[in-house]
Amino acid sequence: MKVPLSWLREYVEIPSGVTNAEIEEAFVSVGFEVEGVEVQGVDITGPLVVGKVLSIQAVEGQKKPIRYVGLDCGEAEIRYVICGATNFSENDLVVVSLPGAVLPGGFEIAARQTYGHTSNGMICSSRELGLSEDHAGIIVLHEGNPGDDALRLLQVSDVIFDVAVNPDRGYALSVRGLARELAAALKLPYTDPAAAINTNDYQLNTSGVQVSIDDPTAASVIYIRTVSGFDSGSKTPLWMSRRIEKCGMRSISLAVDITNYVMLELGQPLHAFDVEKISGSLHIRRAEKDFEITTLDGQVRKLSSTNLVVADDKQPLALAGTMGGLHSEVTETSTHLAIEAARFDPISIAKNSRFHRLSSEASRRLERAVDPALASISSARAVQLLVELGGAKHLGSAAAGAVPEMPIIDFDPHFASTLLGIPVGVDVVETNLRTVGCSIEIVNDSHWKVTPATWRSDLLNPSDLVEEIGRLVGLNSIEGTLPVGPARATLSPLQYRKRGVANYLANLGFSEVYNYPFVNQEMVDLLGFVGARAASFKLANPMSDQAPLLRTHLLPGLLETAKRNLNRGAKDCAIFEIGSVFRDVTKLAHVSPVATDLRPSAETIAEIYASVPPQPLFVGAVVAGSLDRDGWWGTGRQFEWSDAVTQALKIIELTGNTGTIVQSDLAPWHPGRCAEIQVGGKPVAHAGELHPRVLEALGLPARSCAFAVILSELPVAPAKSVKPILTMPAATQDVSLIVDAAVPASKIESALISGAGDLLESINLFDRYENLGDGKVSLAFTLAFRAPDRTLTADEVSRYRESAVQAAAEQYGAVVRV
Amino acid sequence: MSLSAQAIEDAKNEALSAIAAASDLEALKEVKSAHAGDKSPIAKANQQLGTLTPEERASFGKVVGQAKNQVIVALEERLKVLEAERDARVLVEERVDVSIPARRTLQGGLHPLTILTNEICDLFLGMGYRVAEGPELEAEWLNFDALNIPADHPARTMQDTFFVEPADSHLVLRTHTSPVQVRTMLEEKPPIYVICPGRTYRADELDATHTPVFSQVEGLVIDKGITMADLKGTLDHFARSIFGPDVKTRLRSSFFPFTEPSAEVDFFFNGRWIEWGGCGMVNPKVLIACGIDPEVYSGFAFGMGLERTLMVRHGITDMHDIVEGDARFSQNFGMGVK
Repeated sequence: MKVPLSWLREYVEIPSGVTNAEIEEAFVSVGFEVEGVEVQGVDITGPLVVGKVLSIQAVEGQKKPIRYVGLDCGEAEIRYVICGATNFSENDLVVVSLPGAVLPGGFEIAARQTYGHTSNGMICSSRELGLSEDHAGIIVLHEGNPGDDALRLLQVSDVIFDVAVNPDRGYALSVRGLARELAAALKLPYTDPAAAINTNDYQLNTSGVQVSIDDPTAASVIYIRTVSGFDSGSKTPLWMSRRIEKCGMRSISLAVDITNYVMLELGQPLHAFDVEKISGSLHIRRAEKDFEITTLDGQVRKLSSTNLVVADDKQPLALAGTMGGLHSEVTETSTHLAIEAARFDPISIAKNSRFHRLSSEASRRLERAVDPALASISSARAVQLLVELGGAKHLGSAAAGAVPEMPIIDFDPHFASTLLGIPVGVDVVETNLRTVGCSIEIVNDSHWKVTPATWRSDLLNPSDLVEEIGRLVGLNSIEGTLPVGPARATLSPLQYRKRGVANYLANLGFSEVYNYPFVNQEMVDLLGFVGARAASFKLANPMSDQAPLLRTHLLPGLLETAKRNLNRGAKDCAIFEIGSVFRDVTKLAHVSPVATDLRPSAETIAEIYASVPPQPLFVGAVVAGSLDRDGWWGTGRQFEWSDAVTQALKIIELTGNTGTIVQSDLAPWHPGRCAEIQVGGKPVAHAGELHPRVLEALGLPARSCAFAVILSELPVAPAKSVKPILTMPAATQDVSLIVDAAVPASKIESALISGAGDLLESINLFDRYENLGDGKVSLAFTLAFRAPDRTLTADEVSRYRESAVQAAAEQYGAVVRV
Repeated sequence: MSLSAQAIEDAKNEALSAIAAASDLEALKEVKSAHAGDKSPIAKANQQLGTLTPEERASFGKVVGQAKNQVIVALEERLKVLEAERDARVLVEERVDVSIPARRTLQGGLHPLTILTNEICDLFLGMGYRVAEGPELEAEWLNFDALNIPADHPARTMQDTFFVEPADSHLVLRTHTSPVQVRTMLEEKPPIYVICPGRTYRADELDATHTPVFSQVEGLVIDKGITMADLKGTLDHFARSIFGPDVKTRLRSSFFPFTEPSAEVDFFFNGRWIEWGGCGMVNPKVLIACGIDPEVYSGFAFGMGLERTLMVRHGITDMHDIVEGDARFSQNFGMGVK
């Protein structure tokens, strides 16, 4: 909220030596961020005076209207100036800057020859004086005398603080509230403007418009005060319109200005109805069957049955606390006004505002809870001003509901020290609680009954009170201490796994990325996802219609990011991401509202947990081009399908698991070059070359590869037990086998292992030759044998090899290649 | 050759000068064969010793033996010299230009968010905290209600939430990692010391300083006798570990529904105060919703944006660099440059 220093000074006795910076710091120290400080009037010097228009002579033959104006500026001579504005006539009072004056922007006023006349000054607009952005015309005053100092009259010099108010402090969206905070922060005396208003002057009776709260959940208290004989021609006095403008609102008409002024002054939004348009009495109720309302802004708004409205006996007249209706609007001819001040239910106002996407000055305050005591006081204040400034007469007042009792908080004053961790004297506790408006009944040393002020409905428990004490004492007086938790903290297996995998891939030459998890249906279709990977969650309010779905796999994001890297000139691209994906949309479970005033039952907690879909953690990687680069040492090597499979396998091994490779044709991989890797019979990874159709559609290089491993699916491997390291010499044997090309090499390898006996130490496929014809290939393996206790003889090792070959021959018809 | 002392002396001198004249190992090999081999004059003289009388054999044998020894010693010495010369020459010949390293593989790198997350987790692991994580698509009740953010409260609209269809699924992309705190409080009994890093979501347009998908780290401590001084001390330690030993923090009173008192924490870095995050003492309402007795336990919580922390620490000026996945960005950080 924007608040002028001149207004704050009215309620806080700020010594003249206090600087703007100190005031800003004071607000910040008690929890109010200052978003801006605007010093008005520093770049403007007089003479600036009130001038009365005596004569207007049009200067002919110009493209735009130019007038030569004669002015009474309280001087002996008539002063003549040239003016381009036309929104004034003879006898109007205007603001004249005389030669020698300097206006904002260093604009010096001097007598000058123009349009064939001598112009001895300038008639000013609001914008030229830096008062507002309004440049519809020059300022026409309704008060003052020729020759009066216009700088003083317009209260040009001021400091405007733009103070951010947190949502729990609705009371501070007023000068009353902010002045109280400033006084507390600076430890200065404070005068409550609400205390100056005598509501007894406006007794309740049946002479005015009557009111009822039909839905008791809708409002706690409402006042309607009716005036008659309001002079609709009355002008808003400058002191009021200037304050309204300084607070960032616009001056409109006296009746509207008074409601806004009182809202700014005290914090209670008011609404004025034209009594002539009200049928019967007013009712606070839900919209129920009412279909629509036309609001002040001319919009026809469809009502929801639970919208809160202020209605008369026939129809809704206003969206309660949000915006008035057009039908009962106060117009230029209204003389008979009803002023409404209500403490509406904040949640209902928030819902009104949200449902109609309509955030107004009124709704912003009411949804943050307004002081219920203000309903009576603020409406009385408005009547007082209508009488004083508009010649109105109080006809009668009506009320419904009552100011609710504030809850009594049982408070141990020592709790402030206990929670803040610094000694806070009991006297300091008491002073500060009283400063924020609490009343205290001291039962004994450790038991106070504390009743918060009516404007502090946010104070509900002892912690709330300690917050008040803390911010007034100053949180920076707290000396830090360092608590240490129980010594049982380690990373979880999955957390270790994430780190290990990220470090491994980064060391290998991959760059880590974090992609947004938002995708679109076109990408899902292009990648050929089906089943679980095609069933995505849809966002109700996506950032962009281009990406309304949540990812079911890391590849969409990785492929787009790879493309971005290549578009930016990268020749090769190897990237990886570790992240969650969102699956199993069918799991969507309805959870009924769960109270928060006690721990939910175990069943309810289980139901809430079960409503959250599984979000497995993946590592995914895409390689376009080479990891091994070209250079002065020679040519690099393209990253190919086998590299992808190897890396996926190594990641699985990094977690202490062993993967088994199975041929796969999962999209979006190349149907002949995709490996599925299983652990314990469950698929946990896919790797290989990407489908040429996908690569072409995305503009990625041919033969680009990818792999993805579900890190959260890999079992936690038990601690490994290892065999002693054997030190006797190893003996190697090579075998070359001819087999059907359709038999996977991994099966042949397994067969050899099964036949080779216990002393086989390792096996390595070192050659694969395809051009044999007849659908046959040749596979060449090296088998290494080692015994724990002796050097193996050539005969012995030959026997093992033959046994291994025999197993391959029996299981897969392998024949030794001669 | 006749066996004369003079002849042996001559043969020896001839051998010694040939050895001295051998300019490389090849030449020395020939010299060795000619002057110390089986057919060399001294060897032949040695063979003829048998034909002499015992007296002559004794005197000549000594002469021959001495000549033979001198030649062998000279050969060995020359061999050492020539080998050293060869070694020196070869090493010079094999010299390469090592100023151009062979970076045969692509430069990889961790994303700095990973590095920072690990760094923070390690810091708090050392102080006895556990690293707690949870789902990004989360139950509304855990993200809001349990944290004292009721439906239609203005605090709920402070966070521009992504909702998932249909609305009655009551699922949101978590707006903070606080639901992990709630889960921890529902699942564990105090004392609770956890640090919660993770991805979070708010519907802000991507620009130089905002991103709809960002990362947070939150801390939660619930124990007997926990005070706001404990919070301040923990934040001081945290800030100094991340930004350097001279960094100061300050608390500014603020509002969060889940803490009471609440504060914003700023740190002083490179000559200015920078907003870092929010913090406070856990609101008793939150403890009650999670079944923890606020009469027995108190606690504190804090939360920071990791992107902002990175931007300040590394002078990153544009959020796009953090979120766009350009490999060059991660490559800057390698395996974990602070």
